[in-house]
Amino acid sequence: MGSHLWGAAYMAVSETRGLGQGEVIYEESSVRLFTIATVFWGLVGFLVGVVIALQLAFPLLNLDLPWTTFGRLRPVHTSAVVFAFGGNALLGTSLYVVQRTCRARLFGGALAGGFLFWGYQLFIVLAASGYVLGVTQSREYAEPEWYVDIWLTLVWVLYLVVFVGTIIKRKEPHIYVANWFYLAFIVTVAMLHIVNNLAVPVSWTGAKSYSLFAGVQDAMTQWWYGHNAVGFFLTAGFLGIMYYFIPKQAERPVYSYRLSIIHFWSLTFLYIWAGPHHLHYTALPDWAQTLGMTFSLMLWMPSWGGMINGIMTLSGAWDKLRTDPILRFLVVAVAFYGMSTFEGPLMSIKTVNALSHYTDWTIGHVHSGALGWVAFVSFGAVYFLVPRLWGASRLYSEKLVNYHFWIATLGIVLYITSMWVSGIMQGVMWRTYDSLGFLQYSFVETVQEMHIYYVIRALGGVLFLAGALIMTYNLWRTARGEVAAEGPAAAAQPAE
Amino acid sequence: MEGFFETLRSLWVVWMMALFVGIVAWVYWPKRKREMEEHGRIPLRDDGEE
Amino acid sequence: MFSHKKVERNVILMAILILVTVSIGGLVEIVPLYTVESTIEKVRGVRPYTPLELVGRNIYIREGCYTCHSQMVRPFRDEVERYGPYSLAAESIYDHPFQWGSKRTGPDLARVGGKYSNEWQVVHLADPRAVVPETVMPPYEFLLDRLVKTDDIAEHLKANRAVGVPYSDVMIEAARQDLLAQADPDGDHEALLERYPKAVVGDFDGDPKSLTEMDAMVAYLQILGRMVDFADYTTDDFRQ
Repeated sequence: MGSHLWGAAYMAVSETRGLGQGEVIYEESSVRLFTIATVFWGLVGFLVGVVIALQLAFPLLNLDLPWTTFGRLRPVHTSAVVFAFGGNALLGTSLYVVQRTCRARLFGGALAGGFLFWGYQLFIVLAASGYVLGVTQSREYAEPEWYVDIWLTLVWVLYLVVFVGTIIKRKEPHIYVANWFYLAFIVTVAMLHIVNNLAVPVSWTGAKSYSLFAGVQDAMTQWWYGHNAVGFFLTAGFLGIMYYFIPKQAERPVYSYRLSIIHFWSLTFLYIWAGPHHLHYTALPDWAQTLGMTFSLMLWMPSWGGMINGIMTLSGAWDKLRTDPILRFLVVAVAFYGMSTFEGPLMSIKTVNALSHYTDWTIGHVHSGALGWVAFVSFGAVYFLVPRLWGASRLYSEKLVNYHFWIATLGIVLYITSMWVSGIMQGVMWRTYDSLGFLQYSFVETVQEMHIYYVIRALGGVLFLAGALIMTYNLWRTARGEVAAEGPAAAAQPAE
Repeated sequence: MEGFFETLRSLWVVWMMALFVGIVAWVYWPKRKREMEEHGRIPLRDDGEE
Repeated sequence: MFSHKKVERNVILMAILILVTVSIGGLVEIVPLYTVESTIEKVRGVRPYTPLELVGRNIYIREGCYTCHSQMVRPFRDEVERYGPYSLAAESIYDHPFQWGSKRTGPDLARVGGKYSNEWQVVHLADPRAVVPETVMPPYEFLLDRLVKTDDIAEHLKANRAVGVPYSDVMIEAARQDLLAQADPDGDHEALLERYPKAVVGDFDGDPKSLTEMDAMVAYLQILGRMVDFADYTTDDFRQ
């Protein structure tokens, strides 16, 4: 299915089709490629997620082969959904948005866009193939080894040049706020990536390297990177998507442009400090832990400032939520963003973290943000883009978007609730004493209790994957310009 | 002289708060309201969807 | 008066301002860790890994054991009771990269050294469910079939020295010899122990003739948390 999708879509991509405002012909061939890659890697990432979830529920699924054990597939899942699915969504939407809001053609045109696309896909393939063979730095969300890191740095410099170049030759004097968030995403991820991956390879022809930092300094550097991979890759970048696609889909300006200025600078400043909440009660000095906790609590404010700015854009047009499933994806995404960024500061409080750390509660929190916010806002953006990028008057079927929405939402609810229950239960079981003052449960007794929740979580993942498959079918038919014969046509999209 | 800078440094919270209040005041200054909200319309001016 | 308009219009200035804004947090939290006493103090007993332990550790990283196991005992009564004395920053001073971990699908391993026999470790790693029926751990039987690559072990020690681990020239020259000696029941253990005190020696995987990855993995697991002798430290030594 995937290869078929690639083939046909590549044909459709070849002739450039920049539907712009009179004089500007936008470069959209690379945006089309990134959109296809977003859907493709999304399916891959969700599928691997379901597989490793099932492996935890039914360990025989590790298949007794080195390449299929949970330890090697877990980074394939995290890199696929964060860097491949999320990365392609950000690259694609940023190239589309920066051209449209600056009314300028992409700096370097189709050539730069093309090189950026294939360079980034090479990074993904190099990383994933490495993990399966056991080539990893074991730094979470920065597992690719040194040679892959160098390649990504080159691609990322090109990305910065293309993005900033487009803004420089803009016709619109003001740089729209979405571009600030994209710029913060590109610049900060570059800094994080370079500092966190400093390492010395054993030999220039071998894959193994040893990190420059060690012990507590390494832990701090890793989680300064780790939390800000979430902060700038999965938050700032996708807030750029929110600030463009919600106003466009709702056909109303953002709620308060002034609030977005406050939101941007406070989020950018505060997020960086939050890393130490991954290291509460570890050997990290207490002053750093308290600093991390305090700033994580403060982060609640700008995060909800962004949420309010996004959701209130609907004021005066709330009815669209009832009729327009694409807008529903985008707005429910912002609601999940609000929920996840409320749960985060709560979990960063040391006493709460003492219970949640190392348990499934953390996994539940991660996926409320990842599935609820990142994936949903990406789905909304992709549903918005595909008709425009392939010159279709509208999506193939509104009904299928609704099916995708409700199936995926149910999947998220199953995922999060099962992880909440198993996480808090395991945390409490670890610390329970019996009447004689001895630990009540051995570790394996707590593992035994996890089974049912691992099954429910896997089911949630299956539903989410099913929703994504429905989306893929819907987008595939849309790109072919077909329209489903559905009852009274829901609010038709504004045709190009 | 050294003591003076030291006390200034220790009041870092005050400077941060002053900076933040300054940004908020500048952004929400009444005469800038129209121009700011105008920037919010940029995405809609694209493709003649205005 | 400085106006945000200039920032809004000039993307280069905005990029620089962003970079400055995002570098403050990192600097304040990372730089002091290189100067503040509690994070750079040495603790008696902590030493660089022996060549065999290092190979075992690289297998631990290769197989992604950190995705389910942590190596960080927190200062809580139930954790100290379940696992042993809480972990000190100095204990991971030579860990490039650190393996504190962030998920306990399986138990914490910071103090697993010496808790189980070599035989238990080998049987458990090869087929976890044979020993612990309820476990969800994948099987690692292939570790028994793979021989350890011994030709480039000195390069690994050199790379570690390049990032700050105090391997002496003698250790690097003797790297291959120490690698073979540790798992060989009648190897030269004195020289090894003189260079690497408290190293666990003798055969690990039940097959003294061949040096397998299982030997290396168990050698690494058996030293975890045993370098520092907590008998001669009182808790007030560690008060931060």
